[in-house]
Amino acid sequence: MDSSLFDFSLYVADSALVLGQRNGAWCGHGPVLEQDIAITNITLDLIGQARSFYQYAATLQGKGASEDSLAYCRGEREFKNCLLTETPNVDWAQTVLRQFLFSSFQCELFTDMQQDPNHTVSAIAEKSLKEVNYHCRWSGEWVERLGDGTPESHRRMSQALINLWPYTGELFKPASYEKAIGIDSAALQGRWMNRVQPVLEEATLSLGNLLHVYMHTGGKSGIHTEELGPLLAEMQYMQRMYPGCDW
Amino acid sequence: MITIRKFYYGDIPEGTAGHAPAEKQDSPATDWPLWEVFIRSKQGLDHKHVGSLHAADAKMAIENARDVYTRRLEGVSIWVVESKQVHASSPQEAGELYEPSVDKIYRHPTFYNLPDEVNYM
Repeated sequence: MDSSLFDFSLYVADSALVLGQRNGAWCGHGPVLEQDIAITNITLDLIGQARSFYQYAATLQGKGASEDSLAYCRGEREFKNCLLTETPNVDWAQTVLRQFLFSSFQCELFTDMQQDPNHTVSAIAEKSLKEVNYHCRWSGEWVERLGDGTPESHRRMSQALINLWPYTGELFKPASYEKAIGIDSAALQGRWMNRVQPVLEEATLSLGNLLHVYMHTGGKSGIHTEELGPLLAEMQYMQRMYPGCDW
Repeated sequence: MITIRKFYYGDIPEGTAGHAPAEKQDSPATDWPLWEVFIRSKQGLDHKHVGSLHAADAKMAIENARDVYTRRLEGVSIWVVESKQVHASSPQEAGELYEPSVDKIYRHPTFYNLPDEVNYM
């Protein structure tokens, strides 16, 4: 088995799944009905992307592995999601900013993955790119509306930027398995900044000292923040209690 | 004192519909206007009214309509119109507007017998 391809599939799947789980907490609690539906639609897209990559990873692993065994029966140290996806929701401002920063990254990553010689990877990337383009657009507009909004929304959005920026560096520090399959995430940083900076400017948010802040890493290799444990405990509870259960 | 009644949603008076009355002078900036949504299906030629939603501006209204009304591929084109731009006839006037047409059958093309030479017009 090509373990780098397996690890890379898990990294993409885990990131989508964890962010999906985070967004899912908004279901029924959105600020407005239409936004509740919007965020849960995005969550369904993310879980769909996660499923595609888990299914592929399961075929790579063989030995009876399935999308469920990979999603529900691995612990924190085995999860490879980037740290940005496990950051807490806090409020609507931080949620849409987290979505914008991550979706912009997915846009660039999937664009490169479309060119991958591996047909499964490029096919999943091509389909997911359409979804992710919408996520980028939707979340970017919310960042602008809240950043350049009332004093309260601007304060919350500025705080969200301070909270989340230190987790963006990890996106562009390639793990060994990324380099092994030829994905150069470091090269994505320029393109990502070209997407993110105009929106932050439109939202009257300045990065200032954040550009030199210490960047957290570790997620891609299984070293996570204290947030992931409780998230997985809740998500995996049913499968752990009743192994192999289904409806 | 003349009271002007505006109808916000079709011909349902706003008193029973629960929307803010037109006589209100100041509406807070936090009140998002109501928008009517029209969707054209993949095989359709015309946009059909599917419902309404609240949004702050047109861009958000289209995205909300996309999120709420096209989840099951109901459509491939969206129109949104602010509800207050939709002007509807009053139900009280239905009598004078529509009843006169009921007994004027000569207005239908099928009322006339065409000679054979032009029967397939």
